[in-house]
Amino acid sequence: MAIARDHELHKRRLGRNVGLGLVLAGFVALIFGLTVAKIDRGGEIEGYDHTFRSGLTEPAQ
Amino acid sequence: MTDIRAEIDTGEAGFGDYVALLKPRVMSLVVFTALVGLLVAPVQVHPMVALAAILFIALGAGASGALNMWWDADIDGVMRRTSGRPIPAGRVQPGEALGLGLALSGLAVVMLGLAANLLAAALLAFTIFFYAVVYSMWLKRSTPQNIVIGGAAGAFPPVIGWAVATGGVSLEPALMFALILMWTPPHFWALALFMKSDYHKARVPMLTVTHGRRATRAHVLAYTVALAPVALAAGFTQIGGPVYLATAVVVNALFLRGAWRIWRRDEAAAEADDYAVEKSFFRFSLVYLFLHFGALLAEAVLAPLSLATVVATIGGM
Repeated sequence: MAIARDHELHKRRLGRNVGLGLVLAGFVALIFGLTVAKIDRGGEIEGYDHTFRSGLTEPAQ
Repeated sequence: MTDIRAEIDTGEAGFGDYVALLKPRVMSLVVFTALVGLLVAPVQVHPMVALAAILFIALGAGASGALNMWWDADIDGVMRRTSGRPIPAGRVQPGEALGLGLALSGLAVVMLGLAANLLAAALLAFTIFFYAVVYSMWLKRSTPQNIVIGGAAGAFPPVIGWAVATGGVSLEPALMFALILMWTPPHFWALALFMKSDYHKARVPMLTVTHGRRATRAHVLAYTVALAPVALAAGFTQIGGPVYLATAVVVNALFLRGAWRIWRRDEAAAEADDYAVEKSFFRFSLVYLFLHFGALLAEAVLAPLSLATVVATIGGM
């Protein structure tokens, strides 16, 4: 016999914990994907906001 | 045993209660309009950046929803439509909603700034401030113009989407903004007409409460008339085209017909059929917005297939 019986409350807590775990895992995956995307276009980014700057492109000869 | 029982009695939130704090139905509209704003912009965005940006815009909208629920918990408990929300129902403590709202606001703004650009992040921050402070804390309980001005908060997402792609704003996002801004009053006033006693009980100065139902019907018609040219104007910019214009003409004609029918009715007629016209107008208002933004999206998708583009492509071969 189990020492403690599961109450509906425990199921709710488990649901909350699993939900939060999935959200955090999704956040990690999103940041990873974003990082790959940013680095992939590394030649076009500059400075603090990682935005394309026309000043970075080579001037036409 | 005793302490466990005490915990059970106070109620404990499930994961879904925290999701409900973020107003997922409002979020879905925000996601859709922001996505359209991003996709119709003349600059292509990396799919991963676009996905992240849309998620952070949605998160910011959700955070402002949690702040709104924290502030409005007292009147939410009075109104039938909102009494089942997590705070008035006692499943989430007000302080939790405040903490969640503030934390997610900060996270969403900072992350959008990093994922996209500072202008988009600043616009998102302003939107959250506008909805939580200007609308919820100030306008909602003080003026019948609450949703006219407060509607701006819901109108920002396509502008933010556009800013994510272009790093700026221009006439096109301004027209998308105006479309939602002008659409909001008739949408909510139709709701107020058939949610009769809710706003009265909560002492929210909706137009139905302060100026009466006859005046509200007139306002629905007036704003629907003013909305039509705004909706059509977007069709003549670079994001519009024949598909959008045809959609806008038909949908606005139907919307005007609904507003006209609302204006012509009196309370006795509305009571007799349980506000059937007002309810169908409200439902159609959701379709109205979806079709306009859907048509803008269709224009963006069809643009590469347009005659001029095909001729130019063949000519270049």
